[in-house]
Amino acid sequence: MLIRYRAREGMLAWAFHRISGVAIWVFVIFHVIDIFLSGADPGAYDTVLQIYASPIGRLAETLLGAALLYHALNGLRIIVMDFWPIFTRYHRQLWYLNWALFTIVGLPVAFVILKPIFGQ
Amino acid sequence: MQVDLRILRYDPERDAGPHWVSYSVEAEPMDRVLDLLHRVKYEVDGSLTFRRSCAHGVCGSDAMLINGRNRLACKIRVEQLGRRRMSVAPLPGLPVIKDLVVDMDGFFAKYRSVQPFLISNGPPPTRERLQSPEDRARYDDTTKCILCAACTSSCPSFWAQPSYVGPAAIVQAHRFIFDSRDEGTDERLEILADPDGVWRCRTIFNCTDACPRGIEVTRAILEVSAAIVERQA
Repeated sequence: MLIRYRAREGMLAWAFHRISGVAIWVFVIFHVIDIFLSGADPGAYDTVLQIYASPIGRLAETLLGAALLYHALNGLRIIVMDFWPIFTRYHRQLWYLNWALFTIVGLPVAFVILKPIFGQ
Repeated sequence: MQVDLRILRYDPERDAGPHWVSYSVEAEPMDRVLDLLHRVKYEVDGSLTFRRSCAHGVCGSDAMLINGRNRLACKIRVEQLGRRRMSVAPLPGLPVIKDLVVDMDGFFAKYRSVQPFLISNGPPPTRERLQSPEDRARYDDTTKCILCAACTSSCPSFWAQPSYVGPAAIVQAHRFIFDSRDEGTDERLEILADPDGVWRCRTIFNCTDACPRGIEVTRAILEVSAAIVERQA
């Protein structure tokens, strides 16, 4: 059904919210494990940090940042509509505003995270 | 012009499951999808089964999944679909009885569960129950519902959790909750505060998009949610 129904902005906003939410949850699990390793096995912890600092690790961090930023911005969009239902009339515009803020905030953050990959 | 009309057909007495059947149909841009379904039924295959009654967007019988979105077959025109290939399937999330006919019993049970009638505890008035134009305007939008089920069956929360009361029932409740003459607000808010009530809404807006009457369905749901919160505060 999810695939067969032709999604518009509202459904896409919700789908991305769910996907980013699950991605953040998966990261939290990883994060609990790596923090546990810092006490249980410092050598393994150093290895994990090296993976985080590798190009693939940095790419994953960038995706994590994107998921966090989208989830936060869309969460604010939902809160605005929850408190003031009149804003449901502008839910598409609010979603486009989300993407504008996502781009403005996300690009510099992605640049900072990915910069070491290119040796700068 | 010729259009390729694909219909998701299913006859429980003959078919193992639903399957697409293509029909090449002559159509004018101003024809409605219902006209094309009639053409198939009258001229090609009389066994094609679908509901329709008034055929003018009032009775709400012919809501279907048309080109991937819930629409009334009697309101959507060929030119609005913008292409010569179109698909028609039964409303998603509801049990299919045959072809485009779905079982609406569960839908109407949920409708009845919100007590969609005026509740007044006092003695019946000798004249009509008066109301100011401002009070009437408060719930005007939700009086337009024709119970076509396009909203409820477009909702991913309903697909995932069929026990969810659904947008249509909440719209009907909204119509009475915000009616200044009604005295059943507490009862209805209690019903809708259930885990299968308004809280299953994820502000996806498929319902608002699907409503053939242009009702701001998501807004109505959020207003009922806010009323529940204010009542419990």
